[in-house]
Amino acid sequence: MRHFLLDGLMQRPLTEDVPASQVSAELVAALERGARERLGRSLAIRMVDAGSCNGCELEIQALGNPYYDLDRLGLHFVASPRHADVLMVTGPVTRNMAEALRRTYDAMPSPKWVVAIGDCAREGGCFAGSYAIIGGAEAVVPVDLHIPGCPPPPLEILKGLLALLQSVQTGKKAV
Amino acid sequence: MTQLPDLAWTSPRDFRVGPFAVTPVLTTEWTALAYALAAGKFTLMSLWAEDGAACMALHDYAAHRVAVARLEGLTDGFPSVGVHHAAAQRLERAAADLFGLVPQGAEDARPWLDHGRWEIAYPLGAAAPHPGHPPYAFLPVEGESLHQVPVGPVHAGIIEPGHFRFTAQGETVVRLEERFGYTHKGIDRLMQGASLARGAELAGRTSGDSTVAYAWAFAQAAEAALEADVPVRAFALRGIMAELERLANHLGDIGGICNDAAFAMMLAQTSVLREKVMRAAFATFGHRFMRDQIVPGGVAADIDSKGVAVLRALIKEVQNRFPPLVELYDNTASLMDRTVATGFAGPDLVRRFGAGGFTGRASGRDFDTRRDLRYAPYHTLKLDVPGREDGDVNARVWIRIREVEQSCLLITQMLDTLPHGPVRTDVEGVHEPREGLGVVEGFRGDILIWLSLDASRRIRRCHMRDPSWFQWPLLEAAIENNIIADFPLCNKSFNCSYSGQDL
Repeated sequence: MRHFLLDGLMQRPLTEDVPASQVSAELVAALERGARERLGRSLAIRMVDAGSCNGCELEIQALGNPYYDLDRLGLHFVASPRHADVLMVTGPVTRNMAEALRRTYDAMPSPKWVVAIGDCAREGGCFAGSYAIIGGAEAVVPVDLHIPGCPPPPLEILKGLLALLQSVQTGKKAV
Repeated sequence: MTQLPDLAWTSPRDFRVGPFAVTPVLTTEWTALAYALAAGKFTLMSLWAEDGAACMALHDYAAHRVAVARLEGLTDGFPSVGVHHAAAQRLERAAADLFGLVPQGAEDARPWLDHGRWEIAYPLGAAAPHPGHPPYAFLPVEGESLHQVPVGPVHAGIIEPGHFRFTAQGETVVRLEERFGYTHKGIDRLMQGASLARGAELAGRTSGDSTVAYAWAFAQAAEAALEADVPVRAFALRGIMAELERLANHLGDIGGICNDAAFAMMLAQTSVLREKVMRAAFATFGHRFMRDQIVPGGVAADIDSKGVAVLRALIKEVQNRFPPLVELYDNTASLMDRTVATGFAGPDLVRRFGAGGFTGRASGRDFDTRRDLRYAPYHTLKLDVPGREDGDVNARVWIRIREVEQSCLLITQMLDTLPHGPVRTDVEGVHEPREGLGVVEGFRGDILIWLSLDASRRIRRCHMRDPSWFQWPLLEAAIENNIIADFPLCNKSFNCSYSGQDL
């Protein structure tokens, strides 16, 4: 145990910089400003799997690992929709999950934003047309930002969230 | 009692390389098989419905062979197997929801996947407008000072949706009842009439954490049905991908289990290793989950010497950094206090349900598809299958620790003996209806895919059975007499798939 703690002190952090080519330093600064002005320093995310295969969840979970360390940017996941600013939706929306998704959204206080993650969250992806699928996230809740991919890698999700924060600040839609 | 039918038992040597010969059975013989399952004569690998038929895949554990029995000419139902053999119950309820074929005499006639929200009922059968369902009736629980805790479908963490109904006395769980089907996407029907390429796409998106294993099982079923001559290099690359997938999942979950016991440091450490595996997979195979890399006939792309070097470096790093973490787990008494004797799954129950994977192996069921229903490339590799009898959270953690070590050794063996040559062959040669079976050891356990193709190689029926079908019911039993606060720990130690069983 001591050995791991010492290593943690001695080694450089694994956490990587937010990729500069894609997300400018201004954006990170904007994120700070935006988050502070509109949301009081942070953005709380409630994630709902509306029928995904679990691939997107694994990449969202990876955002918490030391390489991406989402929390350092003021972004964090919360258990209750009452505490959330952002609803993150994965998967095609199944008919069996539509009500739960809608009720989660309704339980969130305003202002609130919806981020749809993955190819399925846009019109159902490769499951579109099934009797068990209503469609993408947009079929049930108003989507502010869609991050494509099957599944999108953690870095893409991170970039998308930063873009959302910028749009929150400027009041424009991110996509 | 009726005599058992004369089943066409098939060994892996045959069903891995050729179409599967189904045994047609009579109604009385079908029931005789149900009694034989209940008596433990063989293990139920799956049960599914087809157009006017019901099928069972059976496994003769001692003789390493498999049979598929089919009861044909059904109009409204088939004699329930679940009434004799509990492992069949949920599969029967799912078959009834999809095809409208009722398991006659079943004790539990409630719907399973159908929540009354689809526009059509029996989507693979009569597909009539849905009449709607009465509210789902949870099993009654009677006794003094009981209270219920409903959890889900939306859970607190970043996980899949499902509903758990706890009945507790004080803090102790008296009964847990699971209700699933929330992620039901209708994959069975999307498969019908699909091309092999489309089928492979859907199979690879059935359970995201097992995309390699699913794609492989689908490819196996197609290749066996069509007698494809898959190049040996493709087998080796598939094996490498499957072991990388196992590594990534085991590493993530070992940390996840410790995190659920409030030992967050382990998750921080193993999530770094998991990320390294994902990045190596991306560098080598072009996708972090290696999705769509296994296709019927071989693999989508070859790897070069750079890829081999990346994988060797990865294995070296895991082999260096993992043992101190194992030591940390073993030496942290406060952590062991949470995992030892928690969430016990009894060997008897595990055997009856034929639970595969680390769940089975931690409770004395010594079965691994890679060894017992062999398929290339594992027939040429050295593999030690770890086993334990104690069946608690700790036992499942240890099995996964040992499997991480084995996967590293397997990848090294495959890299050392990587054959040269092409990585893909054509599967277009056959012009008659065929059926094939695929069984692959995913990280969670054995994934079974039954594939029935028409003369133009379109999919007539594709049934995919996730290992979770036989593991989820065990979680209901394992949580009994534990406290609710230990549920996340127990649940994570099984880590069953929602999407894989909801389909």
